Amino acid sequence: MSVERREARQPWILLSPALTAVTLLLFVPLLFILVYSFWLRTATGADQVGFFFDNWQEALTDRFYRDILLNTLKIAAITTIVCALMGYPAAYFIARSRGNKAILLLLLMLPFWISYIIRTMSWINILGVSGALNSILLSLGIIHQPLQMLYNETTVILGLVHFLLPFMILNVFVSLEGIDVTLEDAAHSLGATRWQSFLEVTLPLSLPGLAAGGLLCFVLGAGTYITPLVLGGPRDAMFANLVFEAVITQLNWPLGSALSLMLLAVLGTLVLIYNRYLGMAQLMKGLG
Amino acid sequence: MDNTRRYERLLERYRNGDLDRRKFLGLIGAAGLAYGVQTPFAREAMAATEQVRFDGWGGVVSEAFRKYAFDPYTAKTGIKVVDGTFGGGDEYLSRVKASQPGEYNIAHLSGVFDYARYNNLGLASELNEDNIPNLKFVIPKLVDVFRGVTNGKLSCVPYDYGTTGLAYNRKHISDEEMKEKGAKILIDDAYKGKIGGWADWRTRMWYAALQTDQDPNNATDVDAMWDAVRKHRDLALKYWTSGAELMSLLAEEEIYVTEGWSGRIYALQEQGHDIGYMDPPNGFGWQECLFVIKGSPMEACEELLNFMLAPETSIAVAEGQNYPPALDPTKVDLGKKIPTLPAFDPTGTLAGLTFANPDYWNGHEAEWSKMFGRVQKGY
Repeated sequence: MSVERREARQPWILLSPALTAVTLLLFVPLLFILVYSFWLRTATGADQVGFFFDNWQEALTDRFYRDILLNTLKIAAITTIVCALMGYPAAYFIARSRGNKAILLLLLMLPFWISYIIRTMSWINILGVSGALNSILLSLGIIHQPLQMLYNETTVILGLVHFLLPFMILNVFVSLEGIDVTLEDAAHSLGATRWQSFLEVTLPLSLPGLAAGGLLCFVLGAGTYITPLVLGGPRDAMFANLVFEAVITQLNWPLGSALSLMLLAVLGTLVLIYNRYLGMAQLMKGLG
Repeated sequence: MDNTRRYERLLERYRNGDLDRRKFLGLIGAAGLAYGVQTPFAREAMAATEQVRFDGWGGVVSEAFRKYAFDPYTAKTGIKVVDGTFGGGDEYLSRVKASQPGEYNIAHLSGVFDYARYNNLGLASELNEDNIPNLKFVIPKLVDVFRGVTNGKLSCVPYDYGTTGLAYNRKHISDEEMKEKGAKILIDDAYKGKIGGWADWRTRMWYAALQTDQDPNNATDVDAMWDAVRKHRDLALKYWTSGAELMSLLAEEEIYVTEGWSGRIYALQEQGHDIGYMDPPNGFGWQECLFVIKGSPMEACEELLNFMLAPETSIAVAEGQNYPPALDPTKVDLGKKIPTLPAFDPTGTLAGLTFANPDYWNGHEAEWSKMFGRVQKGY
């Protein structure tokens, strides 16, 4: 075997464990889900093997699924915008702080040590009728009856922001860290104010990090089902809740498969658009 | 004939010249391959007889099972009990459906309709009742319902029963008002934003039948029932999804009235909360059972069921979870606490409770569960 051929094979040999894992743990299960989506659930709950388009037809034409999908995308978009508005200043502060950067980053990572479900449920103790906020307002005499703050779309968004904010901050932080600070000094020396140098230099250069954080927040937010379950009211379901209901409550795995692939296709398209215009490299930096 | 003997004979035939060297080595190689392939599975099969998996609702119930049934059973038989938990019957059925036969063995299932669902999916085993002598202590009516589903045979033993009645905060709703309004209080505009409900289509439709003055086991005006479900949805603050959430919503006064599980409400009352509980006429009665899944080691499971049905175990579990045991009070002394539990029937006839007709409810399952998923979300 020639040296060139051997060298050409080496990357594939090194990559083979990872490729095997991705194939077995991602592509093969996805293939199973795809096959399942063409089966049917019978009246007894058993699956009817075959090649039927019924689930796809229902998922694509029924207004119910379309409306919930749009609502899911709306909630994910609002969450992403709130995360960006709250996360950018925090990331900027950490990136420009001197000396205590490691401690601030550690504090940022701290919530990850607590279960996501516990973090979500903690809002019940804060915003509930007998929660901390109502107790404080009542004891200060600001209100005379507890306010009903829980179990609506706002609390769902609040829970999602709580969950996703660190992802946004980390991505923006990585982007800001990569910007040469002397560029801002150069802008000052040319007469720009601090605000102008931020707007004209720092912000444009950090946009890839903001976009990467935005993409992560949006995709993770759109795929969640715990937050609306814990903090939402009767009408605040998101698309992942429909998948859960189809698979678990209705034991309709074929329809659940079609719905999950539909969500995957929508979110996958967004990732492809992102990759087309901004590339995945920035996202990898943030995740790294 | 064991394997050693087989290999000795093979060697003898080779030495006698009945087999050539090539064929002998080929057979030895094939035997080695077959042994290598079957060993992991054989090990699994052997292990299955050395342990039984039990899945239940966790918490105090599991603790009582461990103390009064699993540990004595292991001490007597040497068979280990692997103790698992699940959050809900639907979730557990999905896990069983995705499993290999024998992976899951005994489950603490809720309702006769779940029993029928497992049977419809081909997951029902057939118990040898001779191996479960403690079955004689069980209320006959509870056993007969299961026999009706599986052609006179049993795949489970009944274990406890309870009701899903109306729970209300006495600070805000009087006993008199509850008696007057009954199930219709859940669609009373006066309590908008302070009403709760279980996110379970069967319970919603059962109560919708009561709210529209229909027989829950034979309702005819289904449209009126969906309207009642919608009205309840519009007035409700939240659908709860677990017993813990039900207790939290009532204890924190997020809601004043909901339907609730009798044992959970009793636990709240024990904790000192002023929560009332009422079973309206035709209130939702249900029973739980210990179901043996097809493919399980039957004798080991039957012996474990017998341990679990022993009066000492059943009573301890019942006192822990606040649901009356399936034991017949005319045959077994149930102690002091159990007669005070909600839904307890001292006659052992259960004539005052209305149970779901599994044929009727499972016949509507596919349609109604899907429809409720939509109505729940505003449709």
